[in-house]
Amino acid sequence: MDDVTTLPDRTEKKLGLVIDLDICVGCHACVVNCKEWNTGGYGAPLSDVDPYGDDPSGAWLNRIHTFEVTPEDAPAQIVHFPKSCLHCEDAPCVTVCPTGASYKRRDDGIVLVAEDLCIGCGLCAWACPYGAREMDPVEKVMKKCTLCVDRIYNENLQEEDRVPACVRTCPANARHFGDFADPDSDVSRMTRDRGGIDLMPEMATKPVNKYLPPREKTNPNAPTPSRGGEYESADGFLGWLDRMLEKL
Amino acid sequence: MTDREPIIDTSPMVSDEVRKTTCYMCACRCGIDVHIRKGADGQEKIRYIEGNRDHPVNRGVLCAKGSAGIMQHYSPARLTQPLKRVGRRGEGKFEPISWDEALDLATSWLSEIRRTDPKKLAFFTGRDQSQSFTGWWAQQFGTPNFAAHGGFCSVNMATAGIYTFGGAFWEFGQPDWEKTELFIIFGVAEDHDSNPIKLGLSRLKERGVKVIGVNPVRTGYNAIADEWVGITPGTDGLFVLSLIHEILKRGAVDVDYLLRYTNAAWLVIDAPDDPDHGLFARDSKESALVADRESGDILGYDRRNAKPALKGAYTLPDGRTARPAFELLARKYLASEYDPEATERTTGVSANQTRRIAAEIIEAAFEREVIVEQPWTDLKGERHERMIGRPVSFHAMRGISAHSNGFQSCRAIHLLQILIGSIDAPGGFRFKPPYPRPVNGQPRPHGGNTPEAPLSGPHLGFLRGPDDLLLEDDGITPQRIDKAFSWDAPMSAHGLMHMVISNAHARDPYGIDLLFLYMANMSWNSSMNTSAVMDMLSDTDQNGNYIIPKIIYSDAYSSEMVAFADLVLPDTTYLERHDAISLLDRPISEPDCVSDAIRWPVLKPDRDVRGFQSVLIDLGARLKLPGLINQDGSAKFTDYADYIVHHERKPGVGPLSSWRGDGTQTGRGPANPEQMDRYIENGGFSETPVPEEARYFKHANRAWHDFAVKMGLQDQPVENVFQLYLEPLQKFRLSAEGKQKPVAPESHRSRILATFDPLPLWYPPFEETAVDPAKFPYHALTQRPAAMYHSWGSQNAWLRQIHGKNVMYVPGEICEREGLKDGDWAYINSAHGTIKVPVQRMDAVNGRTLWTWNAIGKRKGAWALSDNAPETTEGFLLNHLIHELLPPKGDGLRWSNSDPITGQAAWFDLRVSIEKAEAGDQMVEPLFEPQESPVSKGSKVIAFGKEWTT
Repeated sequence: MDDVTTLPDRTEKKLGLVIDLDICVGCHACVVNCKEWNTGGYGAPLSDVDPYGDDPSGAWLNRIHTFEVTPEDAPAQIVHFPKSCLHCEDAPCVTVCPTGASYKRRDDGIVLVAEDLCIGCGLCAWACPYGAREMDPVEKVMKKCTLCVDRIYNENLQEEDRVPACVRTCPANARHFGDFADPDSDVSRMTRDRGGIDLMPEMATKPVNKYLPPREKTNPNAPTPSRGGEYESADGFLGWLDRMLEKL
Repeated sequence: MTDREPIIDTSPMVSDEVRKTTCYMCACRCGIDVHIRKGADGQEKIRYIEGNRDHPVNRGVLCAKGSAGIMQHYSPARLTQPLKRVGRRGEGKFEPISWDEALDLATSWLSEIRRTDPKKLAFFTGRDQSQSFTGWWAQQFGTPNFAAHGGFCSVNMATAGIYTFGGAFWEFGQPDWEKTELFIIFGVAEDHDSNPIKLGLSRLKERGVKVIGVNPVRTGYNAIADEWVGITPGTDGLFVLSLIHEILKRGAVDVDYLLRYTNAAWLVIDAPDDPDHGLFARDSKESALVADRESGDILGYDRRNAKPALKGAYTLPDGRTARPAFELLARKYLASEYDPEATERTTGVSANQTRRIAAEIIEAAFEREVIVEQPWTDLKGERHERMIGRPVSFHAMRGISAHSNGFQSCRAIHLLQILIGSIDAPGGFRFKPPYPRPVNGQPRPHGGNTPEAPLSGPHLGFLRGPDDLLLEDDGITPQRIDKAFSWDAPMSAHGLMHMVISNAHARDPYGIDLLFLYMANMSWNSSMNTSAVMDMLSDTDQNGNYIIPKIIYSDAYSSEMVAFADLVLPDTTYLERHDAISLLDRPISEPDCVSDAIRWPVLKPDRDVRGFQSVLIDLGARLKLPGLINQDGSAKFTDYADYIVHHERKPGVGPLSSWRGDGTQTGRGPANPEQMDRYIENGGFSETPVPEEARYFKHANRAWHDFAVKMGLQDQPVENVFQLYLEPLQKFRLSAEGKQKPVAPESHRSRILATFDPLPLWYPPFEETAVDPAKFPYHALTQRPAAMYHSWGSQNAWLRQIHGKNVMYVPGEICEREGLKDGDWAYINSAHGTIKVPVQRMDAVNGRTLWTWNAIGKRKGAWALSDNAPETTEGFLLNHLIHELLPPKGDGLRWSNSDPITGQAAWFDLRVSIEKAEAGDQMVEPLFEPQESPVSKGSKVIAFGKEWTT
């Protein structure tokens, strides 16, 4: 296999996102802010065709999917699931690329598309098990999450703003950015503490991004904890009231 | 590609300049950093909009709507010049005219009305964020007919809160996110307010605090809540009263708090035959009386060192009997009708769940007491060494308020908050400046109709009893076109915008000459009964004259309402205008800081448009309205920005609070011509910290009141006794019994007696009792999507890709019963109409409730969309099913589909049936004739930012 299609053996850093499904309310803030940053940023703009017409569509680097979960013994619930490139360690989109346009950066592990090499064949999107790549409808080059590579090192931004746009904007603080190669980073710690999971681990892509699962919900049938009747009284509420007033 | 990795620019230039202003993509008013960069043509363009990290509302974050501001600003639906109608109303045929011609025309119409009969102007301003100005303008004009959109939004919340404790959820207060131990959110899908609630929920999750979502639909905030209460619509009040039943039964009330801060001990006259039965016993100075529980003496409620009784029967000096309000309250809610076993069938909430949630409230409030080590002194002069809090907090919005029992349901929530002692206590609900502002610190409503003269005071206010109604001399006929402050809706503090067109068309109480609307899509998603409203707007009399003779409309965009205007005044986008987000208006303060903000033109308009408020300034000067002209008759203000800086509502107090006088004065001070510049330099907002000692118990806190007076928020301490028992409602009942003047008309008596209970009660929503529940077995309602604000989002190239069409979500059990599956189409029928819509199964919803997203459907020809845009073929409105009137009762009267106390539009009372539609053309019904578009269609491709890509 030509070396343009190989993945680095290892990367210095493993930059990626932790996405907390316990707090994502599905508001699409990350989706739209990603679009507005990236349409004027790295690579071709994220175009929209027929934007005011019968069938508007465009390229987005991040989308929210909504699932309904129906447990047997509890009410159905909704899970909002933001999805963008997971910057896999074994990224099949890279190895499948016939021109070397798709690559994984050795320093930080970000998977990028060198658009001048991209011929728009779409093989990478086909290879990606997550559906995380979208062809730009105008330029016909493959677009994908860059982890805001033009923000996270950008010296024109204040240091605190050198995070992906989706992380910077998320109103629910459901998105966290950091280095998974560092076991002490916030993202590594969060992943450990909350049982962060790989998306579709059976695909053996070793995604860098992790998802924190929703915490367990209270079942409406959960029993009322016994309170030992500290507020109950034989003479009823008004009798209780007398005693409360005496204490004042 | 180990050796040949491309070298990329990781530090590209972002923008030439960042201009900080205030978002207007919804009603939150977040701070935004607008990155401006020169485009390929050398013109300034928006490169990027992000949240302002320093801003108190959003602290840097920004939602989907705000992030799509670029597409709103460059929307093809932007109006470009003033327009005069040349076709029929509703057709959308216009000719462009100059601003001079437009303003001359408007002035001629307005001046004639003002000279002869000012009430013939109905001026209603929709989702206006400048109501303190537009209301003041209408007051100077002299029409009694002004309000904004609160009547069809959430007036029940605002009014119930102000009457009960001088605050309300959202703009007037919020949960103590940092200290609360349990949070319960009622009837909120995502919005109001959008980013602050998400920030708060996130903080609760970080702190491991339990969130309970009470909502028929488990989306948005309810999806991430730790527990979901899938309540039946319109029954929240009963659920809350059941919680109150439980906490009373278990004695879990904060008695000390009740005695200090509420009217729990006030004596209520018990003399059923007397004209003052049920009112508070008062002394000769009108001060309420209490009974000393040790001596039995009857004393003024504010007597120091009294030990007021909360139960018992006491003999008043006049020999009659009276009982403390709290005893009435306790007896009422301890009754078995509020037992969770008794309420579960109606609410759909199991007795077990109700009891457990009550237990959790009790546990959090009383066993996880929060203490802030901060001494403070109350208004009576008593020193407190610390601030003790009951860390249970609540938030509620549309799902509570948009019912005909919403006022009382909201009151029930506030009662619960007060009984556990959590209002402005650490961990509970916190007031946001300038609140608290109880009824005795609020104006009464003002009417009147004197040619060439202003009203004597602001239109909107809080009446104290039937004496304050705005009626004609017959004591029955409403003064206002929307019938606000009449027997129909006495406490309608925000007016009833949703009734204006219907009443004007029916000439009930009278016909009008000019309907003047701003930013309110009343011919579409903002009206109930949309099809009929479109007919009303274009209906003619026997002579062929329009029944509503003239319509002026101002909007920035080609909305559905534009097509019905005779004269269109094109507004700017939010990035091209000045605004004041003022403490005189709908404030944006946080509990710990007084805040206000501005908008300023971060980009210059490239069209012949003008900010609506500047147009009103101009019209006001042309009409020679007092306050808008100098003594020599010349215009007092050059434009709205000039007004914002120089207007004084009272000496030293203007629209903006900071950098007054020489630039160092805050709150009070003379106008400072450089004030706007100071706001711009500071990022578009100001923040004045509330002193530490004044941060809790503001209602009773001396330090708060001193600070509020210094800041010009109030002129003296305003006493704020929380009104568990709401006496003004009892006054209406006495009027309805014929015992007090003015006497309520016969037609209204039974309704007032049934609903104006001074202690919150629950009654079924009116539509439910007016229609056959067997025929219309289901509830139907809408929710606001997080990524759309009313109709505005559909013109937005990015947002419409998220919500370009909607479906009716149908609970699984109904799908099975009705034989429906995903992709089917169905007819939804109400007592008023039928719509045909696509359906989709959903299980995370109350089993008797259908729902859809709000305001996605569009009329063909509007918003610069193509004629077969999905918004017009698959998007739909529920509005067609909802009548602005209740079904006729046979009494010859037109009863509004509104809360009987506040007039709040009862959108969510809707009852429906559903039946599968035969396969056929998959197109929503009803469909309407397209309106002609006064703007050209948008481009076929957008590649925004191409000139800057790297």
